[in-house]
Amino acid sequence: MRPDLQIIADLISPSARVLDLGCGEGDLLAWLRHDKGVNGYGMDVDPANITTCLDKGVNVIEHDLDDGLADFADDAFDMVVMTETLQSVRFPDVLLGEMLRIGKECIVTFPNFGHWRCRLYLGLHGRMPVVKHLPNTWFNTPNIRLCTFDDFEQLCRQQRYQIIERFVVGSDYLSHPLANAMPNLFGTIAFYRLGRPA
Amino acid sequence: MTESAFAGGNVGVVTPARFTHLEPFVLKCGATLPGFELIYETYGELNSTATNAVLICHALSGHHHAAGVHQEGDEKPGWWNTCIGPGKPIDTNRFFVIALNNIGGCHGSTGPCSPKPDDSGMYGPDFPVVSVEDWVHSQARLADHLGVRTFAAVIGGSLGGMQALQWAMDYPDRVRNAIVIAAAPKLTAQNIAFNEIARHAITSDHQFAGGHYRESGINPDVGLALARMIGHVTYLSASGMGKRFGRQIKSGDPRAGADVEFQVQSYLRYQGQTFSRQFDANTYVLMTRALDLYDPAADFGDDLVAAVARAKADFLLISFTSDWRFPVERSEEIVHALLRGRKNVSHAIIDSEHGHDSFLLPLPRYLDVLGTYLRRVHAEIEADAT
Repeated sequence: MRPDLQIIADLISPSARVLDLGCGEGDLLAWLRHDKGVNGYGMDVDPANITTCLDKGVNVIEHDLDDGLADFADDAFDMVVMTETLQSVRFPDVLLGEMLRIGKECIVTFPNFGHWRCRLYLGLHGRMPVVKHLPNTWFNTPNIRLCTFDDFEQLCRQQRYQIIERFVVGSDYLSHPLANAMPNLFGTIAFYRLGRPA
Repeated sequence: MTESAFAGGNVGVVTPARFTHLEPFVLKCGATLPGFELIYETYGELNSTATNAVLICHALSGHHHAAGVHQEGDEKPGWWNTCIGPGKPIDTNRFFVIALNNIGGCHGSTGPCSPKPDDSGMYGPDFPVVSVEDWVHSQARLADHLGVRTFAAVIGGSLGGMQALQWAMDYPDRVRNAIVIAAAPKLTAQNIAFNEIARHAITSDHQFAGGHYRESGINPDVGLALARMIGHVTYLSASGMGKRFGRQIKSGDPRAGADVEFQVQSYLRYQGQTFSRQFDANTYVLMTRALDLYDPAADFGDDLVAAVARAKADFLLISFTSDWRFPVERSEEIVHALLRGRKNVSHAIIDSEHGHDSFLLPLPRYLDVLGTYLRRVHAEIEADAT
């Protein structure tokens, strides 16, 4: 399994009810089912991903995240997961609020726009960064809501979300001393486990 | 659009069979049939453990002839030939497929055209009101007869999807998978309104004769054709009709006015006329009523979550973007009830401009979704056997 999914899988308890937003090919859910007996649901908008999930026996609901989650009941899930999708939805703040309404906790991962490579690229070239972990150009990138770790944490403070856990890794999904010391400068991807306002 | 991996072959020539249930059968409306007959077809072979059976539930005007042909050279194959056959989504190399004509139908099962038990002529308009639940229970008797205890899948589109849903609720231990296509948990006022227009067209045709047309050797052709025309428009979509017919003129000069016939007019008339020759008016009235009355949540305080609580099956919902008879949102109602009930459920939304009729068409993504799901269903049956 992809190393980022492994990190998430370790954060999910065996009896949890899981919803994976932007579940892709359903790898996380398939692993959770086989190795932890967790029967979750995936959500995706890509037809090919839907078929792949069905092929794996993963529950999958075709739905565009930008259409919101209003039809889902409060507390429907123990954990709502969204991996590297936050930066490409139209209303990330609203979506986060919804995730913590329908789920008791959520796990969110996203790339850091404050990474030194981004800063250096913008500083040196005066152009939107095209770097290893964000390879698209400004006009064709799906990442319309890029932010830094600090930006995200400010939003969490504003909304009074609890940051229960945070992992910061490099582009290899491994932990690095520098990334741990100065995450907003040296971290590439962050994993946040959030809880509702205390 | 690339072709589906599930294009497949044909089941060939099939012969319908009959099942006679000799015991009294109490209907939901309270009436009792002294027994009933179902006409059905099967495709593929039942395996030694009887775990590979699939039930096909038909929609408003469907019947038992779902796949193959009745004789070489038949112009049209069964109504769901695109999905049933060797290598097709409902793969007859893997599954034992059963298709039947429901009670109240006019293709050979007990219905308005059958003789009354007291031999005082045919039922006609006196055939009791039938329900989706009645169909499900009668289908279960057929399954018993065929030695099928548990279905690998019960599958249906539209009104057939309602039967698949009901199966999962009424026989939770006999359905492993319920595949509910282009369906709704109950009709809306608009749906009922269209059905009422169709029924009114039939019953107000003087040739309907209060439903006793056959005794007089007449048939409400005009009313039935009208009913089919209004129904047919609701099965298509505005953009689909636009692409297919546009404003093409079949005959006449549009500048002269009165004698002009648009292609779409000609098409609808043809559809209506063909239907009125093939379908029984009393059955049409009966089937649309069953549709109107279907409401599985009614006995559960209008709570669909409570209604589906009994179900144990895994569910696959499929809906189509341009379907305005049972739009995507209606399938989502079922999906969310199942989610809240913690059932296994998946939902695929197929992009199609063919409206409600999409469920009968060989749309590549649709075939792939259905075929992929059923391939895994079969793999699980095989895995359980070892």
